[in-house]
Amino acid sequence: MGPNLLKNYAEAISMIMFAIGFSNLLLQKNLIKKIIGFNIMDSSIYLFLALKGYIEGRIAPIAYDTAPKAEEFINPIPSGLVLTGIVVSVSVTALMLSLTMRLYRRYHTLDLDEISFRLKKEGR
Amino acid sequence: MAAVCNFPLFSIVLCLISGTGSAVLKKEAARIVNIVLITVCGLMSVAVMLYCAKYGSFTYMMGHFPAPWGNEVRGGVLEGFMGAFFCLIMLLSMLGGHKKLFDEVEISKHNLYYVLVNLLLSSLIALVYTNDLFTAYVFVEINTISACGLIMIRQTGRTLEAAVRYMIMSLLGSGLLLIGICILYDITGHLLMSNIRESVEALIATGEYREPLVVSVALMCVGLAIKSALFPFHAWLPDAYGYSTVSSAAILSSLVSKGYIFLLIKIFYRVIGFETVCGTKIMNVLFVFGLIAMVSGSVGAIRENDIRRMIAYSSIAQIGYIYMGFGMGTELGMVASIFHILSHAATKSLLFIAAIGLTDVSHGSRAFLDLTGSAHRNRIAGAGFLVGALSMVGIPLFSGFISKLQFMDAAGSLSYSKMLPSLVVLGISTILNAIYFMKTVLRIYTPAEKIPVNRAMADAPTVTAPSAFHVATGERKGINGLIVEKDRILFKEEAGYGIVILCFILLNMALGLMSTPILQAIRDGLSMFS
Repeated sequence: MGPNLLKNYAEAISMIMFAIGFSNLLLQKNLIKKIIGFNIMDSSIYLFLALKGYIEGRIAPIAYDTAPKAEEFINPIPSGLVLTGIVVSVSVTALMLSLTMRLYRRYHTLDLDEISFRLKKEGR
Repeated sequence: MAAVCNFPLFSIVLCLISGTGSAVLKKEAARIVNIVLITVCGLMSVAVMLYCAKYGSFTYMMGHFPAPWGNEVRGGVLEGFMGAFFCLIMLLSMLGGHKKLFDEVEISKHNLYYVLVNLLLSSLIALVYTNDLFTAYVFVEINTISACGLIMIRQTGRTLEAAVRYMIMSLLGSGLLLIGICILYDITGHLLMSNIRESVEALIATGEYREPLVVSVALMCVGLAIKSALFPFHAWLPDAYGYSTVSSAAILSSLVSKGYIFLLIKIFYRVIGFETVCGTKIMNVLFVFGLIAMVSGSVGAIRENDIRRMIAYSSIAQIGYIYMGFGMGTELGMVASIFHILSHAATKSLLFIAAIGLTDVSHGSRAFLDLTGSAHRNRIAGAGFLVGALSMVGIPLFSGFISKLQFMDAAGSLSYSKMLPSLVVLGISTILNAIYFMKTVLRIYTPAEKIPVNRAMADAPTVTAPSAFHVATGERKGINGLIVEKDRILFKEEAGYGIVILCFILLNMALGLMSTPILQAIRDGLSMFS
């Protein structure tokens, strides 16, 4: 386990980041901090994916003047997946932020528990 | 290749196009587009099902790129059946909640509502048909976003809070699903379900990467379980279903969570292989949580004093049934679970739509005391609720009986350690179901001399408009100034609503009375999966 962990230290870091983001999204009371946690979580997955597609000593699969061979490129599929994932997480973040704005305008707080408490007190 | 093979992709693209197009349409046009779209997609799914029953399953290559590189859509009997069934339930839910929409959503936002419904339909159909795990992830997210929109389109504090809570839990779930897919991609090198299956079999044979495989399966299971509100992750559900618009509640409870569960079934059968999944013991975890959910959801429903929240809590218990069926780890359990998906979808949307008819004749109040005698004031809604309740409890003639029978049957063939808890909990849960549903049915059929009006006014969930309450005439106006509530609703005044309830009742009885061909179709579909 030891030597493998050293060799794959970047993957280990991405998993630790995933855990940090996940627990922030789950446990923070503040809505903005929750959204930050979500972004950390998603970024860690993209880091993991990018690492999986990277091959030592090869170049990015984009257009060059002199067309290189396929063997000189890194694996392009994870890069494509990361791009798709970024699009998804941007739209989700925008949605979450707009929801947060609405709640803030209504209740003047970002604390989700406080909002729930007030809703219960209103009784509807 | 037959023209039918294009239908799955065609219906997804059609939904996406009309979804974005509805944003610029007038509300009535958007509604017609929505109804036509759901019907067309349903018919196409029926065509796919009939084609596959005759000629077997097919895969459709997008852009004609062959297997390891291109994206694929797959059609089979079960996919076609599920697609058609989802479209049918969605159509009935939209028709049943249509009038109520004027009360609940501002008129200027009506076309946006149809945008969200169309997008939701596209994602459901894509989840049913896709053969690619990453595409599935993307459509899971589209599903989440549009479901969140469906909750928050009714702008009250409660729905906003429910939407945020729903979103947070869903994001946790999709994060876990995504990392699971990434790990699986990492150890197999494929994203297409059939290719992953081959690689996984090779890995199992050599014994390599055993732990990462188990971890990735566990992550995907937990992710989808969170998204479909399995027991410990259900806190968002009662608010989200209880306060959103009636069509949204019906669609969310009967379709959105079922879309995720169907994806999970596909992952079990087409990606990992059912035997392998059962060998990882993850099924036992699902089994235990399913059992707890069955009891705790019912207990929550008994304690609830609000009819719509009660129905929402009952959903948690029903999701528990489905996961218990998975957890049995046998083909019989799986068939029972899939039948329960159908039966629950047909029943729960009926209950939500019938409940709204009952609250409409009780001054908009959802508290039990005010519902006294509402079934006499709105007969058709009362009948709908009665049928839904009987089906949920598991009375013969209705679909719930068949699914309970299937679960019992599946439990009988299990080993002792699983058979006993599942039978005992099934019994307890059925009794609890009967307690809260029969309590409600008795309440709505008890004749009321006079509704306590003052109480009704105090409890009524007021809409944003300043109190447009006309108790003297027995009418109440919604936020758009239309009369939405009366003391009494007769069938001929609300013919559309009545017909929808009748269709639901017939669908329920069809599932209950003609279960043999449906169960056979499910078995055929499952055998086509592998």
